[in-house]
Amino acid sequence: MNLSILKSDKKNLNSFIAAGSALIFIGFIDIILSSFFSTNITAFLPNKISYLTPLLFGLFGLYLIRIEFSGNKLLDKVNTNFNSSNFNALLTLLVIFALIKYIPPLLNWFVFDANFAGNTKEDCTSGGACWVFVKVWLNRFVYGLYPDTEQWRINTAFLTLFLLVGASFFVPQKFKKYIIIFLLFVYPIIGLKLISGGDFGLKYVETGAWGGLSLTFIVSAFALILCFPIGTILALGRRSKLPAIRYTSIGFIELWRGVPLITVLFMSAVMFPMFLPDGTYVDKLIRVLIAITLFEAAYMAEVVRGGLQALPKGQYEAAKSLGMGYWKMHFLIILPQALKLVIPGIANTFLALVKDTPLIFVVGLLELAGMVNLAKTNPKWLGMAMEGYVFAGLVFWVICYVMSRYSQNLEKKLKTER
Amino acid sequence: MSKIIELKNVNKWFDKFQALKDINLEVNQQEKIVICGPSGSGKSTLIRCINRLEEHQDGQIIVDGKEISENTKDLEKIRAEVGMVFQQFNLFPHLSILDNCTLAPIWVKKMPKKDAEELAMKNLERVQIADQAKKFPGQLSGGQQQRSALARALCMEPKIMLFDEPTSALDPEMIKEVLDAMVDLAKAGMTMIVVTHEMGFAKEVADNMIFMDEGKIIEKAKTKEFFENPKSDRTKLFLSQIL
Repeated sequence: MNLSILKSDKKNLNSFIAAGSALIFIGFIDIILSSFFSTNITAFLPNKISYLTPLLFGLFGLYLIRIEFSGNKLLDKVNTNFNSSNFNALLTLLVIFALIKYIPPLLNWFVFDANFAGNTKEDCTSGGACWVFVKVWLNRFVYGLYPDTEQWRINTAFLTLFLLVGASFFVPQKFKKYIIIFLLFVYPIIGLKLISGGDFGLKYVETGAWGGLSLTFIVSAFALILCFPIGTILALGRRSKLPAIRYTSIGFIELWRGVPLITVLFMSAVMFPMFLPDGTYVDKLIRVLIAITLFEAAYMAEVVRGGLQALPKGQYEAAKSLGMGYWKMHFLIILPQALKLVIPGIANTFLALVKDTPLIFVVGLLELAGMVNLAKTNPKWLGMAMEGYVFAGLVFWVICYVMSRYSQNLEKKLKTER
Repeated sequence: MSKIIELKNVNKWFDKFQALKDINLEVNQQEKIVICGPSGSGKSTLIRCINRLEEHQDGQIIVDGKEISENTKDLEKIRAEVGMVFQQFNLFPHLSILDNCTLAPIWVKKMPKKDAEELAMKNLERVQIADQAKKFPGQLSGGQQQRSALARALCMEPKIMLFDEPTSALDPEMIKEVLDAMVDLAKAGMTMIVVTHEMGFAKEVADNMIFMDEGKIIEKAKTKEFFENPKSDRTKLFLSQIL
């Protein structure tokens, strides 16, 4: 068949649109009926062809309405964006059909068939997700094995943190500096003391009992704050003119980058205590924090080094010619520009770090994913892995998305080039 | 007039390539010297050695009574006294023009912020760019950027100014505004060493001309004599090509 006689012109424009739309409509009816009502209107055709009929109807319909400069704004927009060629029409249809086929079952599982009421596994009857599991275990997912009566301490610590961070965005520039210094150098100690207790009449809670989302935050926050300066120093060290410093940095970076995090954590738990003198004891959580920090610092160092190398030599020369020494040159001129350049890379490393925290289960610390793992093996709640991991995944996604948005805002804010 | 820069038998190699050969040069206070020569002749290397952006391997460089070598402890102090203007401006793009100018006075000279800003505005006015102080380098034209770079160098109140082809990266209509600022500076009595091909500027400002080729100073002469009666054939050829 010569399809060119089926090409429209302005005269029969409307009939082409009508015919095309009708065909597309039939295609959609076909797919909807077969996905949701298990009726196949093209069942009389051979099996394989009948499977493809929605696609064929749709493709032919889209072909008919592909009219250039039709004068109809909506139609032109559809044609340029979704229907510019047969191949693009095919992709458009496949995506729409996939959405029609798979989104509703997902929504059913998540919301419409899901169970929210009740307190035991037996309350979940309707076949969808059993959010009762998450509801019942939520306390554990957030606080781990931290004693219920002491949980206000975690709440207070994090609430204060969020208030301080929030305040730092709104107070005038003059006080902002002090809040940030307080947040970076003083608050971590206060917060940790509040959560661990042992003094001021607070009951001591050993770190083995910490867990859940709060532990995710604690580990991530400390590792983030610490790995950044260490990584920067390593990056500068790797570019140093002094061989001792340069080779130490290279050795450190390559050593840590070459080892899987899980081995590093395992070593920190098992091997590290052997090197300590008898009788000294370093808390498990602190050993893990050191391990993660040094591991991520090695990655951070390479990210920062990328930024340092991207700066033109002229910036170094201009700084030197104004009489700046090594440290002034780097802190006033080089690092502000280099770090700005590599914000996407830094955000990348930070996100990876947050998502690496579940690995601390190898030393017996259970953050969010670890607690889910524990809960799903509870005899009363067997078979709840899906709900638990979907919940953990969503929480991690929200954390990472917020960080990612923040980094993009920061990039925009710091942009000074035209 | 007293000597402020002295170079004695300076040699410099980049690996095996000898960039400077037995350079001897004396610069007095308030003297203006223009260095010219074909590209690759070592002019830029020569002035970059004076504030040790390049290291020389042999000979002596004495700036304001202090020798510059790898043993120099207070290199930063000497550099603070020697201002430099680069071909590519090299402004700090993350800082406003005003901050570009105040940064070094505040951090290197420990000047109070208010004084530094006053000084910066004074120098920005001097190069007629005070109205752009709050803008960032990326928002200015090449000529404006180069004048800002000049102001930034002047804010350190240097005793000597080095210019490394300050107008080579500029569009023709912007060259004049930069040269005018440099002429003003020369009239105010600054000691200047300028690498440039702007012979009109050289005739107007320079006390002495230097012609370099292949890492050697071929000819050094009073400006008038240099243009009217050059001694070396190489100089004659060069001048005939660019004038």
